[in-house]
Amino acid sequence: MAELTGAEIFVRSLADEGVEYVFGYPGGATLHIYDALYKQEKIKHILARHEQGATHAADGYARSTGKTGVVLVTSGPGATNAVTGIATAYMDSSPLVVFTGQVATSLIGDDAFQEVDSVGISRPCVKHNFLVKDVRDLAITIKKAFHIANSGRPGPVVVDIPKDVTAHKAEYFYPKTVSMRSYQPKVEGHPGQIRKAANLLLSAKRPMIYTGGGVILGEGSAELSELVRLLGCPCTNTLMGLGGYPGTDPLFVGMLGMHGTYEANMAMHDCDVLLAVGARFDDRVTGEVDKFCPHARIIHIDIDPSSIAKNVPVTIPIVGSVPDVLRELIRQVKESNKEADKAALEAWWDQINEWRKLSCLNYDRQSELIKPQFVVEKLYELTGGDAFVTSDVGQHQMWTAQFYKFDKPRRWINSGGLGTMGFGLPAAMGVQLAHPDALVACVTGEASIQMCIQELSTCKQYDLPIKVVNLNNRYMGMVRQWQEFFYDRRYSHSYMDALPDFMKLAESYGHVGMRIEQPADVEGALKEALAQKDRLVFMDFITDQTENVYPMIAAGKPHNEMELGPCASPPVDTDRELA
Amino acid sequence: MRHIISILLENESGALSRVAGLFSARGYNIESLTVAPTDDVSLSRMTLVTRGSEEVIEQITKQLNKLIDVVKLVDLTEGPHIEREMLLTKVNATGEMREEVKRLVEIFRGRIIDVTDTTYTVEMTGDSQKLDAFIQAVKGAGILEVVRSGVSGIGRGPKALSLQ
Repeated sequence: MAELTGAEIFVRSLADEGVEYVFGYPGGATLHIYDALYKQEKIKHILARHEQGATHAADGYARSTGKTGVVLVTSGPGATNAVTGIATAYMDSSPLVVFTGQVATSLIGDDAFQEVDSVGISRPCVKHNFLVKDVRDLAITIKKAFHIANSGRPGPVVVDIPKDVTAHKAEYFYPKTVSMRSYQPKVEGHPGQIRKAANLLLSAKRPMIYTGGGVILGEGSAELSELVRLLGCPCTNTLMGLGGYPGTDPLFVGMLGMHGTYEANMAMHDCDVLLAVGARFDDRVTGEVDKFCPHARIIHIDIDPSSIAKNVPVTIPIVGSVPDVLRELIRQVKESNKEADKAALEAWWDQINEWRKLSCLNYDRQSELIKPQFVVEKLYELTGGDAFVTSDVGQHQMWTAQFYKFDKPRRWINSGGLGTMGFGLPAAMGVQLAHPDALVACVTGEASIQMCIQELSTCKQYDLPIKVVNLNNRYMGMVRQWQEFFYDRRYSHSYMDALPDFMKLAESYGHVGMRIEQPADVEGALKEALAQKDRLVFMDFITDQTENVYPMIAAGKPHNEMELGPCASPPVDTDRELA
Repeated sequence: MRHIISILLENESGALSRVAGLFSARGYNIESLTVAPTDDVSLSRMTLVTRGSEEVIEQITKQLNKLIDVVKLVDLTEGPHIEREMLLTKVNATGEMREEVKRLVEIFRGRIIDVTDTTYTVEMTGDSQKLDAFIQAVKGAGILEVVRSGVSGIGRGPKALSLQ
């Protein structure tokens, strides 16, 4: 068998793994690999303008498809620039394999040019990482990296490859499967635990289902919908879980947590049995942990044992993959001789519908200024709720989560865990490449978009017709909101001064730019932009600077202490007796 | 509560730093940590002594299990077990203390492994409390150096922490 160089082995391995796109940026340590990429046509390389952009793009590709995103960066600054993207993927359990070039093995530890300890730097924010010191280990390491990244609880894996390894030769063999004695994720849940869960759910008077990103990552949406409808109980999603259950379904009570709906948070507070599915009881979701779901016994399904009972004690833990466990749970509920308490469930829904009457998301629709919520609402209507929507981080992210109703999984792509500004535009590139005919919108703000604005150039090079919805309030809106509420309106360094003319900026990158300043022009502008199917359109909406995200649970407060916006109807009766 | 966690992990470079990094990143305490290859050179055995509430220890074992390099682990303090630690110490041995130190070493079943006109070097194994007690006892003579290995542990009975 003829021997191949490490660089050739690298490219062949990716091809055999079925990799379609590599998002990257070349440099000294990866020159052999880039030369091998040049000589083949199977793998398409997407040249980002910054390694952070490349990593987010691969992440967007991964989140919208379920396939593993692949990144290739050089050593030193290439690797450190990718770290933000890797940490973003880690916090949201997104499957990535990130290849970093490294200086030659003989130079490691010498503080060589563009040398950095990539394995050491990335260790706390990867699922696992490897340094390949011998070309004979390269193919099997790549196989292991893909296996680890996209099994169990997915996550990013870094593979650090010294330059000399890409030049050395070895026989090529890429295994079809790989098994590791130290890594065998559990898929099926314990049937005894699932039986207990079924009985507890059927005995509930005020049941509640709270689901997170695990439903989407584990492809469990169909099973979740079946279970929710079978039980007839309310369902809420976390920020990462939106689209896991249809957003337009009457059993859906909206997102929960800090900026969740009144009805979702109140139902969390009052429920007597809580089923948590693929969610991790993040502090933005639970509020004050000691007062979290004070009346509830909790069932928690998660593929990662360390997520269970990490922040909140649980009555029935079930370790396993979401669809496997839910299928078994549905079977047990159907076969159980127990009957759900229909009268209690009806009373529970009456209560929830009372909460709904507050219209907690309502905003001033008569305003002479463009309300950001209005823009998202219109985007939702005009795209028929069927677009892929990415976002950056801040107020616009919350408004999109509140006002764009996602009926399908993998349509809402945002940085929930790490909260990475700059994520939206590059993530949209990955989504658009994976779904060339789909409508991809990036809802962003004038602060976030500037963190990876250089990727407008990548969008031009690869003709990515993303629709950028810039909600421009000339502030880091969420920082401004907290300063208004908690720092006596001392707006310290949250004003975005010296902004560029985004319309001209977009045009200079070769795209279509628009500026919209009147509420009456919003719909027309969106229609015009959506009609330009083959162009990137950058819509700069000049919005109301004072608008805040409501409802809001201040950090450290419980679910039933929500601050409502000025346009919500006041709550009727807050002092209730629980059955 | 003090817990002794025994871990079988892949004998790979970086495996130790993954464990150490996990403890510092999540704010857990490490009281002592020892690691060396086993009879199977592809595996290392680590013994880690930590303190925390039941909830914290549960998270520690779960987080350790999540590390890809960790093959298996057991919390030895959950059942009957044996723990041993080795001490090497250099103490002053002059005047009347020269005899006294020798007697103390005999009482604690240690060994004097190096002698000079003015010092003894003592080797001793036992559980950590015994070593603490010895150090207290010889303090009066004047301790020049203390080297402790950290705790190694093994479960009692026929059950073993192994691949099978």
